[in-house]
Amino acid sequence: MNKTDVLIIGAGPTGLFCAHQLGIIGLSCEIVDNLDKAGGQCIELYPDKPIYDIPAVPECTGEELTNNLLKQIKPFNIKFHLNERVEELKKNQNRWHVKTSAGVEFDVAAIVIAGGVGSFEPRKFPVKECEKFEGNSLFYSIKDKSIFKDKTISIFGGGDSALDWAIELSNASKVNLIHRRDGFSGAEASVQKVKELNKQGKLNLYTKYQMDSVLGDKNIVSVKIKHDEGEIKEIKSDYVLGFFGLIMQLGPILDWGLNIDKKTVQVNTENFETNVSGIFAIGDICSYPGKLKLILSGFHEGALAARGCFKYAKPDEKLRFEFTTTSKAAQERLGIKK
Amino acid sequence: MAKITYHTHDNKTHTIDIQNGLTVMEGAIQNDIPGIDADCGGGMACATCHVYVKEQWLDKLPAKEDGEEDMLDMAFEPKINSRLSCQLIVSDELDGLEVNIPSNQG
Repeated sequence: MNKTDVLIIGAGPTGLFCAHQLGIIGLSCEIVDNLDKAGGQCIELYPDKPIYDIPAVPECTGEELTNNLLKQIKPFNIKFHLNERVEELKKNQNRWHVKTSAGVEFDVAAIVIAGGVGSFEPRKFPVKECEKFEGNSLFYSIKDKSIFKDKTISIFGGGDSALDWAIELSNASKVNLIHRRDGFSGAEASVQKVKELNKQGKLNLYTKYQMDSVLGDKNIVSVKIKHDEGEIKEIKSDYVLGFFGLIMQLGPILDWGLNIDKKTVQVNTENFETNVSGIFAIGDICSYPGKLKLILSGFHEGALAARGCFKYAKPDEKLRFEFTTTSKAAQERLGIKK
Repeated sequence: MAKITYHTHDNKTHTIDIQNGLTVMEGAIQNDIPGIDADCGGGMACATCHVYVKEQWLDKLPAKEDGEEDMLDMAFEPKINSRLSCQLIVSDELDGLEVNIPSNQG
């Protein structure tokens, strides 16, 4: 059981800055995120795209912003729990018991949901029968590539994941790469490599095709793919892989008794607390009159939510407002030596 | 101002006057038309505002910018007439535009 003052759900910019604000006022926190790294949408959706509206930062990329925020919270030694999703939430007297998908448990005074538009999950095939093969002969990510040795693999997608795995697996497997158009979104060098392998007969490339259906009983035997013009081909496949990027799902948050409207959680604008005492929501996931889905708004919301957490974490103390420029306590917490 | 018609997956038709300058995505969100998620808020970064444009409109719409087709690769059941509605900016020229909203955004 991890005991800390506040659990932050979501390691995007808003969650990271809220951790900073908690640190400044002397509260401890830990952060859970479903992705394998911090940064949220900034890292997952636009790591290289410039952002121009972070106050006092004329231009930075999503990755730079994330790295700077991580640097800013470094003095607080915050513990991250990545690749985990918060699953269960239980009130225990004045505290909350939280459990993640990896079975990690927390005992916290307050919870800050900074979950963006939800947790990132792989996008799936629209074809219904795919569900029954998922996890045995159909995958959206690869954990153990050795199972593909000497097998026939049909890979769907046109981004870097699809191209990289097609190239990699073509060494020891028979690979079909199926994509909906002639163009690819993946790196040009990988596209050239795939085309070369296709020419050499080391990989079969099918463009302007999409999945029509999967056939098989317990395991997949073949897939049918359909051309833009309607022609259908059946190709033998032991495994099917789909790489269509990630989509955000609200997930278990929906079951926590929060007021939810259009995939967002309603909060007050005084301290960004939800209808459930001790649970706060900040960033893209919260809604209130006038809400702007900007990173800068998330920073403001995080600063106020952090102060809102104080009375739950230290009910017998009073929080005094201080500036980091002059507060000895804040500077000590930041590890500043004079 | 343009009249935009959204055909939703429940076989309902919503014809709405949308102000010039808004996107077809924003028009749907502001008028509570179901089926468009727009998770990223219009940044061409998520493919959850995917619509099918009525065939006769395909050539009349502004061409896809770099990146829109890449995002459509991720969309749920993309077709030839797929567009991201966050990239369709309403103007008088779009008066009468009809789009179908897919059954699912992901």
